[in-house]
Amino acid sequence: MAKKPIGPVRRSFAPWDDPEAVPFIEFKNVTKRFGDFTAVDNLSLKIYEREFFALLGGSGCGKTTMMRMLAGFETPTEGEIFLDGQSLAGVPPYRRPVNMMFQSYALFPHMNVEANIAFGLKQDNMPKDQIADRVAEMLRMTKLETFAKRKPHQLSGGQRQRVALARSLAKRPKVLLLDEPLGALDRKLREETQFELMNLQEELKVTFLIVTHDQEEAMTVADRIAVMNSGKIVQVATPGEIYESPNSLFVADFIGDVNLIEAKVQERSATGTRLKAVHGDYVIDSGQETDASVGDTVWYAIRPEKVRMSVGEATAGTPNTANALVWDIAYLGDMSIFHNKIGDTSMRSTVANVARTVEQPISWDDKVTLSWDGDAGVILTG
Amino acid sequence: MRSGPTWFNVTSLVLGFSFLYLPIVLLVVFSFNESRLVTVWGGFSTKWYAELLHNQQLLDAFWVTLRVAFMSATLATVFGTMAALVLVRSGRFVGRSLFSGMVFAPLVMPEVILGLSLLLLFVAMDQTRGFWTVMLAHTTFAMCYVAVVVQSRLVGFDKSIEEAAEDLGCPPARTFFQITLPIIFPGVIAGWMLAFTLSLDDLVIASFTTGPGATTLPMKIYSQVRLGVTPEINAVCTILVGFVTIGVIAASLVTKRQQAQRERDERAAFGAH
Amino acid sequence: MASASGNSIPKRSLGGWALIAVPYFWLFLFFLAPFFIVFKISLSQVAIAIPPYFPTFDLGLGLDNLIEDLKEFSVENYLFLTEDDLYWKSYLSSVMIAGISTFITLLVGYPIAYGMARTPKKWRPTLLMLVILPFWTSFLIRVYAWIGILKNEGLLNQLLLALGVIDEPLVILNTNIAVYIGIVYSYLPFLVLPLYASLEKLDETLLEAAEDLGCPPWLAFWKITLPLSIPGMIAGCFLVFIPAVGEFVIPDLLGGSDTLMIGKTLWVEFFNNRDWPVSSAVAVILLLILVIPIVLFQNQQQKMSERDG
Repeated sequence: MAKKPIGPVRRSFAPWDDPEAVPFIEFKNVTKRFGDFTAVDNLSLKIYEREFFALLGGSGCGKTTMMRMLAGFETPTEGEIFLDGQSLAGVPPYRRPVNMMFQSYALFPHMNVEANIAFGLKQDNMPKDQIADRVAEMLRMTKLETFAKRKPHQLSGGQRQRVALARSLAKRPKVLLLDEPLGALDRKLREETQFELMNLQEELKVTFLIVTHDQEEAMTVADRIAVMNSGKIVQVATPGEIYESPNSLFVADFIGDVNLIEAKVQERSATGTRLKAVHGDYVIDSGQETDASVGDTVWYAIRPEKVRMSVGEATAGTPNTANALVWDIAYLGDMSIFHNKIGDTSMRSTVANVARTVEQPISWDDKVTLSWDGDAGVILTG
Repeated sequence: MRSGPTWFNVTSLVLGFSFLYLPIVLLVVFSFNESRLVTVWGGFSTKWYAELLHNQQLLDAFWVTLRVAFMSATLATVFGTMAALVLVRSGRFVGRSLFSGMVFAPLVMPEVILGLSLLLLFVAMDQTRGFWTVMLAHTTFAMCYVAVVVQSRLVGFDKSIEEAAEDLGCPPARTFFQITLPIIFPGVIAGWMLAFTLSLDDLVIASFTTGPGATTLPMKIYSQVRLGVTPEINAVCTILVGFVTIGVIAASLVTKRQQAQRERDERAAFGAH
Repeated sequence: MASASGNSIPKRSLGGWALIAVPYFWLFLFFLAPFFIVFKISLSQVAIAIPPYFPTFDLGLGLDNLIEDLKEFSVENYLFLTEDDLYWKSYLSSVMIAGISTFITLLVGYPIAYGMARTPKKWRPTLLMLVILPFWTSFLIRVYAWIGILKNEGLLNQLLLALGVIDEPLVILNTNIAVYIGIVYSYLPFLVLPLYASLEKLDETLLEAAEDLGCPPWLAFWKITLPLSIPGMIAGCFLVFIPAVGEFVIPDLLGGSDTLMIGKTLWVEFFNNRDWPVSSAVAVILLLILVIPIVLFQNQQQKMSERDG
């Protein structure tokens, strides 16, 4: 059976689905301990050439340590890292063909924009005229031509970010590491820059590895995302898969907004699974098969935007519907979030505000029917 | 990882601190020397300390120095704190740059110039020189050090705390004593201690501004040092060094304990939630 | 020098004015006014009297007398300073000795400050206190301690003789070398502290960035650390150089009879020769020499605090 694609397919680029593909970067059973603290725990990961890969997780999950080990600033306690088939063990940072864009940008305050960009090239003893050409090219690419002679403290946050990017790309590294690259920018600039980054990556055909705690950012820019938690990778998949088919409660909860419904397995059949909600009197018919046996407690994770609302009461016993009471409404402009009470639990639903005016809007304390498609959510066992 | 000690860093620190401390350590060691020859070890003895107690001139000088240091440090702390407040809080006023110049210049001014100019002032004022003139002179140069110490404390001070007090109806003067002073108090204490030791140490300015009957301890030491190194002087120096060292270490321990206490309190407060 | 209150002239209460007036008046009377007196006396002539110079102003004798007195003023003392080569040699040699000592202090102090800034964070306050502690110990005592070490039968020579490095004692005490040692030793904390402050502020990710871009650590020191610590070096050097020029105790106790330093010359002129007008003139010229570095220093401090703020 052909797999239905989940989420937008940006291009026909999916080396991770090809068993023959050779990984460009490979972490093999890497562990990093700082004293008693295990930052990265026996972790293996393959990243492919020209991929835009994101490491996503909260603070202290080990994502920055992963990146610093690849850059050479930390040495793995156990395991090995390979780049383009070569082990990186014992290679100091200044000999690795990877460059990093630092979270703080780390621009040299005593050098102007030009000198910052040229710094890495000078270390390679590149001829002067070639350096000048390359610097000019980088300035053009990052639209910094008019700022070439300025010192970092004379630049705005967005300009500094672009200098840092130009500096780390000037050497044409095999891999560009981006450590929370857009964290210091305001929202609008951040969104713009995300698209610029994607275009740049496509243009330069360099492998990008980004570390971020911002799930929107990761989903926007990355081909694949690795969600990390306490030193381990929980799931590696495309943004669409991560969002629509989370493999665990952690991922479902970490990415986006989700209703987690506690339910018991009532019936298992070839066509799917029937669940009975623990709180509230309704059943869920899912097309998904599960390992859990009848009577087990599982979780049904469903995104609020996949829950439909209609005024009035549902026919009792209809699968995938539940009676609810509107408890609270948050109007966000583009959409509204409804907090609905089912017994003493709540289920959120969102409604896109497609029209400016609504004849009979759903209001506080309205009795509503919530309904959803059987495969709108996923069954999770833990 | 990167800030870990390399052998180069450790070596430079060990050599650097040996250079700083070895002379003082040797001086202390040889103050317990039995032999009159200061640089030849003749066995352990505390006899030079016993002899100090019978040296009435030295004891007198020490008493003068202590009085001068105590009074000038106290005055200097008051004026220096005021000067620091002016520098940080008073905004612009006519002659502000002259004022900050007058506060910072004495820090680098050669002592011979300070001493000579103050002496000539006292002469012009027809002031009999002695205890009081030394005290005034020390107050003047020590207040500048106090101002710098207190200023650094004030700069790191959140002004909105004062504004909150005034917003709640506290007039400026009372705000100073109830809010500002308690917060900058460690700086004020450090300033006082610095002023005290500066006065205790000073030779040049005291030599210029003193008169008959008010010989300070450094002047006494100086006149004996010129004649050569003696175990008695080593003993006096050891006492002074011990005095200051104990004071500084005690002060830093007290601040450290206060800080630790505060951190514990904060943790407890946050833990309670 | 943070001008927290911005550029507007704030409304001030009586208390606010008093706060400014008291320290202002004190410094004016005891710091600034004396300089004018020094200048006045430098134009007077020596006399065997109390005070040992004339004219002395006595406003009680009327205006005519005052004018008579003013006529007595002359630049004779300054001319004298140019005639006797003792003085200009003293100035020159003071600046030279201070300059050489400052340079040595920088060489000694940089590794210490660098080592401190690279020490794990929890040790830094202790090391900082260890640098400051000698500063709290009497200057005179610290200089005195070196006499016992440097003299011919002193500890250094005993050690070197015992080790067989030398056959006969080195003559160090009462030479310029002893003066250099004394200045470096006494003023080392003044250089280490500002230098440490600027090295400690240095963002370590800058060094990582340099390494990431292909620069080995020792080169990163030359290209990043050293240039960024220049403000700290300059501040430290000024703090050593300026007071060292006018130093008295060190050349007097450690230097020899041929060690010329202007602080010592002034002292001798004042206490031994009792020539107040000439020593005042010496002080005025010394002040003029020091005004340049002092103003440069203040400017640099202002720039630094502006950039940080």
